[in-house]
Amino acid sequence: MSFDEIYNIALMQGFAGLSLFSVLLLMGLGLAIIFGQMGVINMAHGEFMTIGAYTIFMFSSLTETYAPGLVQAYFPIAIVAAFFIAFAFGWLTEWALIRHLYKRPLDTLLATWGLSLGMQQVFRSTFGPKEVSPTLPEWLMGSWAPSEGLDIPINGLFVLGLTAVVTGGVLLALYKSRWGLRVRATVANRAMANATGINTKRTDRLTFAIGCGIAGVAGAAFTTIGSTGPTSGSLYIVDAFLVVTFGGAASLLGTVASAFGIAQTQSIAEFFLTGSMAKVLTLLLIVTILMIRPQGLFASKIRR
Amino acid sequence: MDAFKNWVARTGMGSVLVLALVIMVVFPLTMDIFRLNLVGKYLTYAFVAVGLVMLWGYGGILSLGQGCFFGLGGYMMAMFLKLEASDPESTKIQSTPGIPDFMDWNQITELPFWWEPFNHLPLALIAVVLVPMVLAFIISFAMFKRRVGGVYFAIITQAVALILTVLIIGQQGYTGGVNGITDLKTLLGWDIRDDSSKYVLYFVNAALLIGVILLCRWIQMSKLGTLLLAMRDKEDRVRFSGYDVAMFKVFVFVLAAGISAIGGAMFTLQVGFMSPSFVGIVPSIEMVIFAAVGGRMSLVGAVYGALLVNAGKTYFSESAPDLWLFLMAALFIGVVLAFPNGLAGLYESHVKPWFSRRKSVAKPAASAGEPPAPPSAPTHKSAPPAALPGGVQGQSA
Repeated sequence: MSFDEIYNIALMQGFAGLSLFSVLLLMGLGLAIIFGQMGVINMAHGEFMTIGAYTIFMFSSLTETYAPGLVQAYFPIAIVAAFFIAFAFGWLTEWALIRHLYKRPLDTLLATWGLSLGMQQVFRSTFGPKEVSPTLPEWLMGSWAPSEGLDIPINGLFVLGLTAVVTGGVLLALYKSRWGLRVRATVANRAMANATGINTKRTDRLTFAIGCGIAGVAGAAFTTIGSTGPTSGSLYIVDAFLVVTFGGAASLLGTVASAFGIAQTQSIAEFFLTGSMAKVLTLLLIVTILMIRPQGLFASKIRR
Repeated sequence: MDAFKNWVARTGMGSVLVLALVIMVVFPLTMDIFRLNLVGKYLTYAFVAVGLVMLWGYGGILSLGQGCFFGLGGYMMAMFLKLEASDPESTKIQSTPGIPDFMDWNQITELPFWWEPFNHLPLALIAVVLVPMVLAFIISFAMFKRRVGGVYFAIITQAVALILTVLIIGQQGYTGGVNGITDLKTLLGWDIRDDSSKYVLYFVNAALLIGVILLCRWIQMSKLGTLLLAMRDKEDRVRFSGYDVAMFKVFVFVLAAGISAIGGAMFTLQVGFMSPSFVGIVPSIEMVIFAAVGGRMSLVGAVYGALLVNAGKTYFSESAPDLWLFLMAALFIGVVLAFPNGLAGLYESHVKPWFSRRKSVAKPAASAGEPPAPPSAPTHKSAPPAALPGGVQGQSA
């Protein structure tokens, strides 16, 4: 094996890690807003991702039947639609369920788990138990080969780019917009935020809905990597929670860092071990570190 | 007789006696062995639910990884039974006789050293309880000493359950993989598959369950039980009174783990196999709903909850599988929003006042006019801790 080949393998291995990083980060972002900022455990988060994924599937089959010429173009619109549909469902969920349970976090956990079971069954009845995948536009297929022996899949690049955009957007919104200001004020001191005229209940609902919308975008992005089934969302949920907890629940940058750390650890371990043992090793490492440092990597100083 | 009545009233043993009567006399008399074996299986889940009442209802700690202890207990038992089932005589067609069949399929030629202790029943029985308790101790000691609680603890326990599942499925050669450990035949030469032994196992299981409930009841009535409640509601006050809160939490977590493990071992004995599908996250959360439906503060209610939910699951997944998940969803949401105290709470707030009205129309039914009864078990009324404020909302999280 020449030096060039080793170099290429290292590059592709690094990109596999980056790919996993963007997946983990996209999953974790919505949760970082809902769990990190609001302290709500949403076990149905994975199902909101599935909503996004099914939105893409619906759009793709609709364009295929009614406007076959637009197959190359529907994808960006569908992603925006995925955001808004998941956003609407999140808004409804907050209104119907979550707002009654803010003082009882453990009960929220059970109720949203129930919600996730119900949603899974709705998916199964509507779209059937089989996994589906949308027809992807051609510009998402194939791979990019900048040099001989080096193949970088385009869908991975796409997810990576989307993750960067979404992360940047969330960071900007949280630190530069009025909504972000209200969210941070509510997290820091709810009573005081209320006293200064912030409608904290409205802020809560909007925050929850935005978190769900981002989950929808994540689900939409995942359709480029794998297929979607009724229970796809539940595969991600523990990983997503671990990413957020490991990063330090209230810190968005912590979520980014922990997603990167977890992804690189796992993809490097996968190179040497079997997939399942790499997973076990990564999870064990996370749990052990969390036992030593329960506040996560980046703990922000907030009053409890 | 009066002394007995007084004792029942003082200790709140009435409902435990009724439960014992139902599962030891009524069920065996009215059901054939197939149904009874099914009920026995449900009752093994009731162990986990009882443990969760202690852990969640009394301790205020929600664990989403109880299936991990249930599974560990079950696997320890299954390992012993499997080794007995794979003696050199009956496995002589394998390339290495005398080791479990799945090891042979995975090109393992020697029994791993950590399987060796399971050649002996006493060692296996000790391991059934001890190994899950040690694991529980390690997890909870590390977490509670650093004052991690509430939702973080729930997430960590969930991760532990996930790790164990992935590990069991991944290490197929040592654990049997996805299929689990199957084909269990005898316990010390006694066939566990025929009808008479199923009867015996059912009664052993029922007796163990009643024993576990009595033990938990005893803990609840002792000063320790009062302390657990106090910790759940005002952790800091207990800490400032000079108690080591963390160690009490560790104690109750280890206790719940041990109880779940006994349930797991009985599951293996009655059902005849153990697989990773009883270890993971989904079964673990389902086990929480058993306790929630029965009433998170009621030991006896938890048993009824486990029986009811599982009977419903069996019935609906045969007749209307689509409906079952919706029903389960409604159960989760309803029990949280509408009936936070489950069946026991309903009994306490509706059935009991109705009884007392029936009993003495002359006496003004005082309890009927009361605001909703405190979320205590029916068995809980007369015990001293009943005086404490015990709101569900008060759980530390």
